[in-house]
Amino acid sequence: MPKFQLNRRRFLTAASLGISGMALSGCDAFDFLQDSDNGVRNVLEGANGLTYRAQRLLAGRASLAQEFSEADIRQSQRPNGVTAPDDDTYKGLLSNQFADWRLDVAGLVEKPLSLSREQLMAMPSRTQITRHDCVEGWSCIAKWTGVQMGLVLDAAVVKPNARYAVFHCLDTIERSLSGEVKYYGSIDLLDARHPQTILAYGMNGKALPVENGAPLRVRVERQLGYKMPKYVHRIELVDGLGAMGLGKGGYWEDRGYDWYGGI
Amino acid sequence: MESHVLKAHDDEPANAAAGTLVYRQTRWTRLTHWIWTLSLFFLLLSGLQIFNAHPALYIGKQSGFEFDNDVLVIGSDYNSNGPIGYTEFLGKRFNTTGILGLSGTADNLDARAFPAWATIPSGQDLATGRVVHFFFAWALSGTLLAWFVASLLNGHLRRDLVPRVDDIRRLPRDIADHARLKFHHSRNYNTLQKLAYGGVLFVLLPLMVVTGLAMSPSMNAALPFLADLLGGRQTARTIHFVAMALLVAFFIVHMLMILAAGPINELRSIVTGWYRTDSPNGDNGSHNGSA
Repeated sequence: MPKFQLNRRRFLTAASLGISGMALSGCDAFDFLQDSDNGVRNVLEGANGLTYRAQRLLAGRASLAQEFSEADIRQSQRPNGVTAPDDDTYKGLLSNQFADWRLDVAGLVEKPLSLSREQLMAMPSRTQITRHDCVEGWSCIAKWTGVQMGLVLDAAVVKPNARYAVFHCLDTIERSLSGEVKYYGSIDLLDARHPQTILAYGMNGKALPVENGAPLRVRVERQLGYKMPKYVHRIELVDGLGAMGLGKGGYWEDRGYDWYGGI
Repeated sequence: MESHVLKAHDDEPANAAAGTLVYRQTRWTRLTHWIWTLSLFFLLLSGLQIFNAHPALYIGKQSGFEFDNDVLVIGSDYNSNGPIGYTEFLGKRFNTTGILGLSGTADNLDARAFPAWATIPSGQDLATGRVVHFFFAWALSGTLLAWFVASLLNGHLRRDLVPRVDDIRRLPRDIADHARLKFHHSRNYNTLQKLAYGGVLFVLLPLMVVTGLAMSPSMNAALPFLADLLGGRQTARTIHFVAMALLVAFFIVHMLMILAAGPINELRSIVTGWYRTDSPNGDNGSHNGSA
Protein backbone atom coordinates (compact mmCIF):
# COMPACT_ATOMS: atom_id res chain seq x y z
CA MET A 1 0.00 0.00 0.00
CA PRO A 2 2.65 2.63 0.87
CA LYS A 3 4.52 1.62 -2.25
CA PHE A 4 1.47 2.28 -4.40
CA GLN A 5 1.03 5.66 -2.69
CA LEU A 6 4.56 6.59 -3.58
CA ASN A 7 4.20 5.61 -7.22
CA ARG A 8 0.97 7.45 -7.64
CA ARG A 9 2.49 10.45 -5.94
CA ARG A 10 5.46 10.43 -8.30
CA PHE A 11 3.15 10.15 -11.22
CA LEU A 12 0.97 13.05 -10.09
CA THR A 13 3.98 15.21 -9.27
CA ALA A 14 5.41 14.57 -12.72
CA ALA A 15 2.04 15.40 -14.27
CA SER A 16 1.77 18.69 -12.42
CA LEU A 17 5.33 19.59 -13.33
CA GLY A 18 4.42 18.85 -16.93
CA ILE A 19 1.47 21.24 -16.78
CA SER A 20 3.55 24.04 -15.28
CA GLY A 21 6.22 23.43 -17.90
CA MET A 22 3.58 23.84 -20.56
CA ALA A 23 2.52 27.10 -18.95
CA LEU A 24 6.05 28.47 -18.91
CA SER A 25 6.82 27.58 -22.50
CA GLY A 26 4.75 30.47 -23.80
CA CYS A 27 1.37 30.58 -25.35
CA ASP A 28 2.21 29.87 -28.95
CA ALA A 29 2.11 26.34 -27.54
CA PHE A 30 -1.64 26.51 -28.14
CA ASP A 31 -1.64 28.09 -31.59
CA PHE A 32 -2.61 24.70 -33.07
CA LEU A 33 -6.11 25.52 -31.80
CA GLN A 34 -6.45 28.07 -34.61
CA ASP A 35 -6.70 25.27 -37.17
CA SER A 36 -10.43 24.78 -37.72
CA ASP A 37 -9.92 21.06 -38.41
CA ASN A 38 -7.93 20.44 -35.24
CA GLY A 39 -9.45 17.70 -33.11
CA VAL A 40 -8.88 19.48 -29.80
CA ARG A 41 -10.48 22.64 -31.19
CA ASN A 42 -13.47 20.62 -32.29
CA VAL A 43 -13.84 19.26 -28.75
CA LEU A 44 -13.66 22.79 -27.32
CA GLU A 45 -16.18 23.98 -29.93
CA GLY A 46 -18.52 21.29 -28.63
CA ALA A 47 -19.20 23.63 -25.71
CA ASN A 48 -20.88 26.04 -28.16
CA GLY A 49 -23.74 23.55 -28.49
CA LEU A 50 -24.16 23.53 -24.72
CA THR A 51 -24.00 27.33 -24.65
CA TYR A 52 -26.66 27.52 -27.37
CA ARG A 53 -29.04 25.16 -25.56
CA ALA A 54 -28.55 26.95 -22.24
CA GLN A 55 -29.36 30.30 -23.85
CA ARG A 56 -32.45 28.93 -25.60
CA LEU A 57 -33.58 27.36 -22.33
CA LEU A 58 -33.05 30.46 -20.20
CA ALA A 59 -33.99 33.18 -22.67
CA GLY A 60 -36.88 31.20 -24.17
CA ARG A 61 -38.75 32.06 -27.30
CA ALA A 62 -40.21 35.41 -26.39
CA SER A 63 -38.07 37.16 -23.76
CA LEU A 64 -37.29 40.67 -24.86
CA ALA A 65 -33.95 42.43 -25.03
CA GLN A 66 -33.76 45.42 -22.71
CA GLU A 67 -35.06 48.66 -24.16
CA PHE A 68 -33.74 52.01 -23.04
CA SER A 69 -34.91 55.62 -22.86
CA GLU A 70 -34.21 58.56 -25.18
CA ALA A 71 -31.80 59.86 -22.53
CA ASP A 72 -29.62 56.80 -23.06
CA ILE A 73 -28.95 57.79 -26.69
CA ARG A 74 -25.76 59.74 -26.05
CA GLN A 75 -23.87 59.31 -29.32
CA SER A 76 -24.23 58.19 -32.90
CA GLN A 77 -24.16 54.45 -33.54
CA ARG A 78 -20.58 53.31 -33.89
CA PRO A 79 -20.21 51.62 -37.28
CA ASN A 80 -18.09 48.50 -37.71
CA GLY A 81 -17.07 46.18 -40.53
CA VAL A 82 -17.74 47.66 -43.97
CA THR A 83 -18.84 51.29 -43.58
CA ALA A 84 -18.79 52.48 -47.20
CA PRO A 85 -19.40 49.68 -49.72
CA ASP A 86 -17.16 50.06 -52.76
CA ASP A 87 -19.31 47.88 -54.97
CA ASP A 88 -20.58 49.39 -58.23
CA THR A 89 -24.05 47.92 -57.74
CA TYR A 90 -24.30 49.51 -54.32
CA LYS A 91 -22.89 52.85 -55.42
CA GLY A 92 -25.38 52.89 -58.30
CA LEU A 93 -28.28 52.27 -55.94
CA LEU A 94 -27.01 54.90 -53.52
CA SER A 95 -26.71 57.52 -56.27
CA ASN A 96 -30.49 57.72 -56.68
CA GLN A 97 -31.38 57.29 -52.99
CA PHE A 98 -32.11 53.56 -53.34
CA ALA A 99 -35.14 54.18 -55.58
CA ASP A 100 -34.16 51.10 -57.60
CA TRP A 101 -33.26 49.01 -54.58
CA ARG A 102 -35.51 46.05 -53.81
CA LEU A 103 -35.64 43.56 -50.99
CA ASP A 104 -36.18 40.11 -52.45
CA VAL A 105 -37.71 37.45 -50.27
CA ALA A 106 -37.15 34.09 -51.90
CA GLY A 107 -36.35 30.43 -51.34
CA LEU A 108 -38.82 28.28 -49.42
CA VAL A 109 -41.77 30.68 -49.65
CA GLU A 110 -45.15 30.40 -51.38
CA LYS A 111 -45.13 34.00 -52.64
CA PRO A 112 -41.69 35.39 -53.47
CA LEU A 113 -41.57 39.13 -52.82
CA SER A 114 -39.70 42.08 -54.24
CA LEU A 115 -40.28 45.07 -51.98
CA SER A 116 -39.23 48.67 -52.46
CA ARG A 117 -38.21 50.88 -49.58
CA GLU A 118 -41.54 52.68 -49.79
CA GLN A 119 -43.45 49.40 -49.59
CA LEU A 120 -41.50 48.37 -46.48
CA MET A 121 -42.06 51.76 -44.88
CA ALA A 122 -45.80 51.50 -45.61
CA MET A 123 -46.00 48.38 -43.46
CA PRO A 124 -46.61 48.71 -39.69
CA SER A 125 -43.38 49.88 -38.06
CA ARG A 126 -41.70 49.23 -34.75
CA THR A 127 -39.27 51.57 -33.00
CA GLN A 128 -36.97 50.34 -30.24
CA ILE A 129 -34.07 51.83 -28.29
CA THR A 130 -31.63 49.00 -27.74
CA ARG A 131 -28.02 48.36 -26.90
CA HIS A 132 -25.83 47.05 -29.69
CA ASP A 133 -23.20 44.67 -28.29
CA CYS A 134 -20.22 44.01 -30.52
CA VAL A 135 -18.35 40.71 -30.27
CA GLU A 136 -15.23 42.84 -29.69
CA GLY A 137 -16.65 43.95 -26.35
CA TRP A 138 -18.06 47.46 -26.82
CA SER A 139 -21.68 48.58 -26.58
CA CYS A 140 -23.65 51.44 -28.10
CA ILE A 141 -27.29 52.47 -27.54
CA ALA A 142 -29.39 53.68 -30.49
CA LYS A 143 -32.99 53.92 -31.66
CA TRP A 144 -33.99 51.64 -34.51
CA THR A 145 -37.09 51.84 -36.70
CA GLY A 146 -38.23 49.19 -39.13
CA VAL A 147 -40.73 46.52 -39.99
CA GLN A 148 -40.95 43.37 -37.93
CA MET A 149 -39.40 40.58 -39.94
CA GLY A 150 -42.28 38.28 -38.99
CA LEU A 151 -44.69 40.49 -40.97
CA VAL A 152 -42.54 40.23 -44.08
CA LEU A 153 -42.27 36.46 -43.66
CA ASP A 154 -46.04 36.22 -43.27
CA ALA A 155 -46.55 38.20 -46.47
CA ALA A 156 -44.25 35.78 -48.29
CA VAL A 157 -45.91 32.75 -46.65
CA VAL A 158 -43.03 30.61 -45.45
CA LYS A 159 -43.18 26.93 -46.44
CA PRO A 160 -43.30 24.47 -43.53
CA ASN A 161 -39.89 22.94 -44.33
CA ALA A 162 -38.03 26.27 -44.02
CA ARG A 163 -35.80 26.51 -40.93
CA TYR A 164 -33.49 29.46 -41.47
CA ALA A 165 -33.53 32.92 -42.97
CA VAL A 166 -30.35 33.76 -44.86
CA PHE A 167 -29.36 37.39 -45.46
CA HIS A 168 -27.52 38.28 -48.64
CA CYS A 169 -25.79 41.64 -48.62
CA LEU A 170 -24.52 44.15 -51.14
CA ASP A 171 -21.16 44.89 -49.48
CA THR A 172 -17.93 43.08 -50.29
CA ILE A 173 -16.20 42.31 -47.00
CA GLU A 174 -13.23 40.39 -48.38
CA ARG A 175 -11.21 40.60 -51.55
CA SER A 176 -8.72 37.81 -51.99
CA LEU A 177 -7.12 35.75 -54.75
CA SER A 178 -10.06 33.39 -54.62
CA GLY A 179 -12.42 36.24 -55.42
CA GLU A 180 -14.77 38.64 -53.70
CA VAL A 181 -16.84 37.66 -50.71
CA LYS A 182 -20.04 39.56 -50.00
CA TYR A 183 -21.32 39.58 -46.42
CA TYR A 184 -23.83 36.89 -45.56
CA GLY A 185 -25.44 35.58 -42.41
CA SER A 186 -28.34 33.61 -41.05
CA ILE A 187 -30.74 33.27 -38.14
CA ASP A 188 -33.34 30.60 -37.40
CA LEU A 189 -37.06 31.25 -37.74
CA LEU A 190 -37.44 31.51 -33.98
CA ASP A 191 -35.28 34.63 -33.94
CA ALA A 192 -36.62 35.80 -37.31
CA ARG A 193 -40.13 35.89 -35.82
CA HIS A 194 -39.03 37.43 -32.50
CA PRO A 195 -41.01 40.67 -31.93
CA GLN A 196 -37.81 42.76 -31.72
CA THR A 197 -36.28 41.33 -34.88
CA ILE A 198 -36.82 44.14 -37.35
CA LEU A 199 -35.65 45.06 -40.83
CA ALA A 200 -34.50 48.56 -39.94
CA TYR A 201 -34.56 51.49 -42.36
CA GLY A 202 -34.34 54.21 -39.71
CA MET A 203 -31.90 55.07 -36.94
CA ASN A 204 -32.09 57.69 -34.21
CA GLY A 205 -35.10 59.30 -35.92
CA LYS A 206 -33.48 59.63 -39.35
CA ALA A 207 -32.98 57.45 -42.41
CA LEU A 208 -30.45 54.69 -41.78
CA PRO A 209 -26.98 56.12 -42.63
CA VAL A 210 -24.75 54.37 -45.18
CA GLU A 211 -22.14 53.48 -42.54
CA ASN A 212 -24.81 51.68 -40.48
CA GLY A 213 -26.18 49.65 -43.40
CA ALA A 214 -28.46 51.78 -45.62
CA PRO A 215 -30.95 51.14 -47.00
CA LEU A 216 -31.77 48.14 -44.79
CA ARG A 217 -30.14 46.20 -41.99
CA VAL A 218 -31.34 43.54 -39.59
CA ARG A 219 -31.69 44.00 -35.84
CA VAL A 220 -31.53 40.74 -33.85
CA GLU A 221 -31.49 42.22 -30.39
CA ARG A 222 -30.67 39.12 -28.35
CA GLN A 223 -27.48 38.46 -30.27
CA LEU A 224 -24.16 40.18 -31.03
CA GLY A 225 -23.56 42.67 -33.82
CA TYR A 226 -22.12 40.21 -36.34
CA LYS A 227 -25.52 38.50 -36.45
CA MET A 228 -27.16 41.70 -37.80
CA PRO A 229 -26.13 42.08 -41.44
CA LYS A 230 -26.12 45.51 -43.09
CA TYR A 231 -26.86 46.42 -46.75
CA VAL A 232 -29.35 43.53 -47.02
CA HIS A 233 -30.96 43.04 -50.45
CA ARG A 234 -32.20 39.46 -50.34
CA ILE A 235 -33.67 37.18 -47.71
CA GLU A 236 -33.66 33.52 -48.62
CA LEU A 237 -35.60 30.91 -46.67
CA VAL A 238 -33.72 27.60 -46.52
CA ASP A 239 -33.93 24.25 -44.74
CA GLY A 240 -30.19 24.00 -44.06
CA LEU A 241 -27.05 26.16 -44.00
CA GLY A 242 -24.59 23.72 -45.57
CA ALA A 243 -24.84 25.14 -49.07
CA MET A 244 -23.90 28.69 -48.14
CA GLY A 245 -20.28 29.92 -47.95
CA LEU A 246 -18.15 27.39 -46.09
CA GLY A 247 -21.21 25.81 -44.52
CA LYS A 248 -21.25 27.34 -41.03
CA GLY A 249 -24.07 29.80 -41.67
CA GLY A 250 -22.36 33.16 -42.09
CA TYR A 251 -19.26 35.11 -43.03
CA TRP A 252 -17.91 35.27 -39.47
CA GLU A 253 -19.17 31.80 -38.60
CA ASP A 254 -17.10 30.46 -41.50
CA ARG A 255 -14.12 32.18 -39.85
CA GLY A 256 -14.50 30.51 -36.46
CA TYR A 257 -17.22 32.48 -34.65
CA ASP A 258 -20.18 30.61 -33.17
CA TRP A 259 -23.39 30.58 -35.20
CA TYR A 260 -25.50 31.58 -32.22
CA GLY A 261 -24.02 34.92 -31.17
CA GLY A 262 -25.86 35.30 -27.88
CA ILE A 263 -22.77 35.64 -25.67
CA MET B 1 -13.57 14.25 5.53
CA GLU B 2 -11.42 11.37 6.73
CA SER B 3 -8.53 12.40 8.88
CA HIS B 4 -6.18 9.47 8.70
CA VAL B 5 -2.98 9.83 10.60
CA LEU B 6 0.08 8.17 9.30
CA LYS B 7 3.31 7.94 11.25
CA ALA B 8 5.98 9.80 9.39
CA HIS B 9 8.25 6.78 9.04
CA ASP B 10 5.61 4.92 7.07
CA ASP B 11 6.22 7.24 4.22
CA GLU B 12 9.66 8.72 4.62
CA PRO B 13 11.82 6.77 7.04
CA ALA B 14 14.70 9.24 6.88
CA ASN B 15 12.58 12.01 8.32
CA ALA B 16 10.77 10.31 11.17
CA ALA B 17 11.17 13.11 13.69
CA ALA B 18 9.79 15.90 11.51
CA GLY B 19 6.11 15.45 12.33
CA THR B 20 2.96 13.57 11.55
CA LEU B 21 1.48 13.04 8.14
CA VAL B 22 -2.21 13.77 8.07
CA TYR B 23 -4.67 13.23 5.26
CA ARG B 24 -5.50 16.88 4.64
CA GLN B 25 -7.06 17.14 1.18
CA THR B 26 -9.70 14.69 -0.03
CA ARG B 27 -9.55 13.46 -3.62
CA TRP B 28 -12.45 15.79 -4.47
CA THR B 29 -10.60 18.82 -3.13
CA ARG B 30 -7.52 17.84 -5.11
CA LEU B 31 -9.45 17.06 -8.28
CA THR B 32 -11.44 20.31 -8.25
CA HIS B 33 -8.31 22.27 -7.33
CA TRP B 34 -6.52 21.06 -10.45
CA ILE B 35 -9.56 21.39 -12.72
CA TRP B 36 -9.90 25.02 -11.57
CA THR B 37 -6.16 25.61 -11.98
CA LEU B 38 -6.26 24.35 -15.56
CA SER B 39 -9.49 26.22 -16.33
CA LEU B 40 -8.26 29.51 -14.87
CA PHE B 41 -5.01 29.25 -16.80
CA PHE B 42 -6.90 28.99 -20.11
CA LEU B 43 -9.59 31.47 -19.06
CA LEU B 44 -6.99 34.10 -18.20
CA LEU B 45 -4.99 33.83 -21.40
CA SER B 46 -8.02 33.51 -23.70
CA GLY B 47 -9.66 36.34 -21.75
CA LEU B 48 -6.72 38.64 -22.45
CA GLN B 49 -7.06 37.65 -26.13
CA ILE B 50 -10.72 38.72 -26.03
CA PHE B 51 -9.84 41.96 -24.21
CA ASN B 52 -7.30 42.75 -26.94
CA ALA B 53 -10.16 42.94 -29.48
CA HIS B 54 -11.28 46.16 -27.77
CA PRO B 55 -8.72 47.15 -25.15
CA ALA B 56 -10.74 49.69 -23.22
CA LEU B 57 -12.94 49.52 -20.13
CA TYR B 58 -15.90 51.75 -19.33
CA ILE B 59 -18.38 52.54 -16.56
CA GLY B 60 -22.06 52.40 -17.51
CA LYS B 61 -24.40 50.79 -20.01
CA GLN B 62 -22.42 51.61 -23.13
CA SER B 63 -18.93 52.52 -24.38
CA GLY B 64 -18.36 56.24 -24.72
CA PHE B 65 -17.05 57.01 -28.19
CA GLU B 66 -18.45 60.53 -28.25
CA PHE B 67 -18.39 61.06 -24.49
CA ASP B 68 -15.96 60.12 -21.78
CA ASN B 69 -16.67 57.15 -19.50
CA ASP B 70 -13.56 55.03 -19.90
CA VAL B 71 -11.44 53.99 -16.94
CA LEU B 72 -8.71 52.04 -18.72
CA VAL B 73 -7.43 52.29 -22.27
CA ILE B 74 -4.44 50.44 -23.68
CA GLY B 75 -3.15 51.63 -27.04
CA SER B 76 -0.21 52.65 -29.18
CA ASP B 77 0.91 56.02 -30.39
CA TYR B 78 3.93 57.86 -31.76
CA ASN B 79 6.22 60.23 -29.93
CA SER B 80 9.51 61.85 -31.00
CA ASN B 81 11.39 58.57 -30.48
CA GLY B 82 9.01 56.51 -32.60
CA PRO B 83 6.14 54.19 -31.69
CA ILE B 84 5.18 53.73 -28.04
CA GLY B 85 2.71 51.62 -26.13
CA TYR B 86 0.62 53.37 -23.50
CA THR B 87 -1.83 52.57 -20.76
CA GLU B 88 -4.34 55.20 -19.70
CA PHE B 89 -5.78 54.67 -16.26
CA LEU B 90 -8.44 57.14 -15.07
CA GLY B 91 -7.19 59.67 -17.60
CA LYS B 92 -3.51 59.41 -16.60
CA ARG B 93 -1.25 58.11 -19.35
CA PHE B 94 1.69 55.80 -18.64
CA ASN B 95 4.30 54.63 -21.11
CA THR B 96 4.11 50.84 -21.12
CA THR B 97 6.11 50.13 -24.29
CA GLY B 98 7.35 46.55 -24.40
CA ILE B 99 4.48 45.11 -22.40
CA LEU B 100 1.15 46.90 -22.88
CA GLY B 101 0.14 48.58 -26.13
CA LEU B 102 3.28 47.80 -28.07
CA SER B 103 5.32 44.64 -27.69
CA GLY B 104 7.38 42.05 -29.52
CA THR B 105 10.97 42.05 -30.65
CA ALA B 106 12.76 45.24 -31.72
CA ASP B 107 12.51 44.40 -35.43
CA ASN B 108 8.99 43.06 -35.13
CA LEU B 109 6.94 45.38 -32.91
CA ASP B 110 3.27 44.61 -32.64
CA ALA B 111 0.59 47.15 -31.68
CA ARG B 112 -1.57 45.12 -29.32
CA ALA B 113 -2.80 45.57 -25.75
CA PHE B 114 -1.50 42.45 -24.00
CA PRO B 115 1.64 40.88 -25.52
CA ALA B 116 1.70 37.64 -27.54
CA TRP B 117 3.11 35.61 -24.62
CA ALA B 118 0.07 36.51 -22.49
CA THR B 119 -2.68 35.45 -24.90
CA ILE B 120 -4.10 32.25 -26.37
CA PRO B 121 -3.63 32.03 -29.27
CA SER B 122 -0.46 34.16 -29.40
CA GLY B 123 -1.59 36.14 -32.47
CA GLN B 124 -4.74 38.25 -32.72
CA ASP B 125 -7.58 35.71 -33.06
CA LEU B 126 -10.77 36.63 -31.23
CA ALA B 127 -12.76 33.68 -32.62
CA THR B 128 -10.35 31.07 -31.22
CA GLY B 129 -10.02 32.99 -27.96
CA ARG B 130 -13.80 32.79 -27.54
CA VAL B 131 -13.89 29.05 -28.28
CA VAL B 132 -11.26 28.43 -25.58
CA HIS B 133 -12.85 30.87 -23.12
CA PHE B 134 -16.37 29.46 -23.24
CA PHE B 135 -15.23 25.83 -23.03
CA PHE B 136 -13.29 26.51 -19.83
CA ALA B 137 -16.03 28.82 -18.53
CA TRP B 138 -18.30 25.74 -18.56
CA ALA B 139 -15.59 23.59 -16.97
CA LEU B 140 -15.06 26.12 -14.18
CA SER B 141 -18.67 27.06 -13.46
CA GLY B 142 -19.91 23.46 -13.74
CA THR B 143 -17.36 22.06 -11.29
CA LEU B 144 -17.71 25.10 -9.03
CA LEU B 145 -21.48 24.60 -8.76
CA ALA B 146 -21.12 20.84 -8.15
CA TRP B 147 -18.40 21.48 -5.58
CA PHE B 148 -20.45 24.14 -3.82
CA VAL B 149 -23.53 21.93 -3.47
CA ALA B 150 -21.48 18.88 -2.39
CA SER B 151 -19.41 20.89 0.12
CA LEU B 152 -22.54 22.41 1.59
CA LEU B 153 -24.08 18.96 2.06
CA ASN B 154 -21.00 17.12 3.34
CA GLY B 155 -19.96 19.88 5.73
CA HIS B 156 -16.67 20.78 4.04
CA LEU B 157 -17.69 24.45 3.85
CA ARG B 158 -18.71 24.71 7.50
CA ARG B 159 -15.83 22.60 8.82
CA ASP B 160 -12.90 23.82 6.75
CA LEU B 161 -13.64 27.10 5.00
CA VAL B 162 -16.07 29.33 6.88
CA PRO B 163 -14.16 31.36 9.50
CA ARG B 164 -15.32 30.75 13.09
CA VAL B 165 -15.31 33.07 16.08
CA ASP B 166 -11.96 31.53 17.08
CA ASP B 167 -10.54 32.33 13.66
CA ILE B 168 -11.61 35.96 13.88
CA ARG B 169 -10.08 36.27 17.36
CA ARG B 170 -6.84 34.80 16.05
CA LEU B 171 -6.74 37.11 13.04
CA PRO B 172 -4.30 39.76 14.39
CA ARG B 173 -1.80 37.14 15.48
CA ASP B 174 -2.26 35.26 12.23
CA ILE B 175 -1.43 38.42 10.28
CA ALA B 176 1.64 39.01 12.46
CA ASP B 177 2.76 35.39 11.93
CA HIS B 178 2.37 35.64 8.17
CA ALA B 179 4.25 38.95 8.12
CA ARG B 180 7.17 37.27 9.90
CA LEU B 181 6.84 34.27 7.53
CA LYS B 182 6.25 32.11 10.59
CA PHE B 183 3.99 29.29 9.46
CA HIS B 184 2.19 26.69 11.50
CA HIS B 185 1.57 23.45 9.70
CA SER B 186 -1.66 21.87 10.83
CA ARG B 187 -4.48 20.02 9.17
CA ASN B 188 -6.81 22.99 9.37
CA TYR B 189 -6.50 26.22 7.47
CA ASN B 190 -5.46 29.33 9.39
CA THR B 191 -7.60 32.47 9.38
CA LEU B 192 -5.92 34.20 6.45
CA GLN B 193 -6.10 31.00 4.41
CA LYS B 194 -9.83 30.71 5.10
CA LEU B 195 -10.36 34.33 4.11
CA ALA B 196 -8.26 34.03 0.96
CA TYR B 197 -9.72 30.72 -0.23
CA GLY B 198 -13.22 31.79 0.79
CA GLY B 199 -12.76 35.10 -1.00
CA VAL B 200 -11.81 33.31 -4.21
CA LEU B 201 -14.44 30.55 -4.01
CA PHE B 202 -17.41 32.53 -2.69
CA VAL B 203 -16.73 36.02 -4.04
CA LEU B 204 -14.34 36.25 -6.99
CA LEU B 205 -15.29 33.14 -8.96
CA PRO B 206 -19.08 33.63 -8.61
CA LEU B 207 -18.54 37.30 -9.52
CA MET B 208 -16.70 36.16 -12.65
CA VAL B 209 -19.62 33.95 -13.67
CA VAL B 210 -22.22 36.63 -12.94
CA THR B 211 -20.36 39.46 -14.73
CA GLY B 212 -19.68 37.08 -17.61
CA LEU B 213 -23.39 36.33 -17.97
CA ALA B 214 -24.23 40.04 -17.65
CA MET B 215 -22.21 40.68 -20.83
CA SER B 216 -24.31 38.26 -22.88
CA PRO B 217 -27.13 39.87 -24.90
CA SER B 218 -29.25 36.71 -24.72
CA MET B 219 -28.78 36.44 -20.95
CA ASN B 220 -29.58 40.14 -20.82
CA ALA B 221 -33.00 39.30 -22.25
CA ALA B 222 -33.44 36.36 -19.84
CA LEU B 223 -32.17 38.16 -16.72
CA PRO B 224 -32.41 41.91 -17.43
CA PHE B 225 -31.85 42.83 -13.76
CA LEU B 226 -28.36 41.32 -13.81
CA ALA B 227 -26.65 44.00 -15.90
CA ASP B 228 -28.66 46.73 -14.14
CA LEU B 229 -27.61 45.41 -10.74
CA LEU B 230 -23.96 45.53 -11.80
CA GLY B 231 -24.23 49.08 -13.14
CA GLY B 232 -24.71 48.27 -16.84
CA ARG B 233 -23.07 45.93 -19.33
CA GLN B 234 -19.87 47.92 -19.65
CA THR B 235 -19.48 48.19 -15.87
CA ALA B 236 -20.00 44.43 -15.68
CA ARG B 237 -17.19 44.02 -18.21
CA THR B 238 -14.95 46.28 -16.12
CA ILE B 239 -15.74 44.28 -12.95
CA HIS B 240 -14.96 41.07 -14.88
CA PHE B 241 -11.52 42.54 -15.64
CA VAL B 242 -10.91 43.75 -12.07
CA ALA B 243 -11.87 40.33 -10.67
CA MET B 244 -9.38 38.81 -13.13
CA ALA B 245 -6.65 41.09 -11.76
CA LEU B 246 -7.56 40.10 -8.20
CA LEU B 247 -7.41 36.40 -9.12
CA VAL B 248 -3.95 36.95 -10.61
CA ALA B 249 -2.93 38.74 -7.40
CA PHE B 250 -4.28 35.78 -5.38
CA PHE B 251 -2.28 33.39 -7.58
CA ILE B 252 0.96 35.32 -6.96
CA VAL B 253 0.44 35.42 -3.18
CA HIS B 254 -0.62 31.74 -3.22
CA MET B 255 2.66 30.81 -4.95
CA LEU B 256 4.77 32.94 -2.58
CA MET B 257 3.07 31.44 0.48
CA ILE B 258 3.69 27.92 -0.83
CA LEU B 259 7.36 28.72 -1.37
CA ALA B 260 7.63 30.26 2.10
CA ALA B 261 5.70 27.52 3.91
CA GLY B 262 7.61 24.63 2.31
CA PRO B 263 6.81 23.84 -1.31
CA ILE B 264 7.36 20.06 -1.14
CA ASN B 265 4.97 19.58 1.75
CA GLU B 266 2.35 21.96 0.32
CA LEU B 267 2.54 20.44 -3.15
CA ARG B 268 2.36 16.92 -1.75
CA SER B 269 -0.86 17.71 0.09
CA ILE B 270 -2.60 19.08 -3.00
CA VAL B 271 -1.31 16.22 -5.17
CA THR B 272 -1.55 13.19 -2.84
CA GLY B 273 -3.62 14.60 0.02
CA TRP B 274 -0.97 13.94 2.69
CA TYR B 275 0.43 16.84 4.68
CA ARG B 276 3.15 16.91 7.29
CA THR B 277 2.07 18.79 10.40
CA ASP B 278 4.37 20.55 12.86
CA SER B 279 3.94 18.79 16.15
CA PRO B 280 5.27 15.23 16.44
CA ASN B 281 2.92 14.68 19.38
CA GLY B 282 -0.53 15.89 20.21
CA ASP B 283 -1.90 17.07 16.89
CA ASN B 284 -4.22 14.40 15.62
CA GLY B 285 -5.38 16.57 12.81
CA SER B 286 -8.86 17.07 14.12
CA HIS B 287 -8.43 20.55 15.54
CA ASN B 288 -6.50 23.62 14.59
CA GLY B 289 -2.92 23.01 15.55
CA SER B 290 -1.67 26.50 15.01
CA ALA B 291 -2.34 27.33 18.66
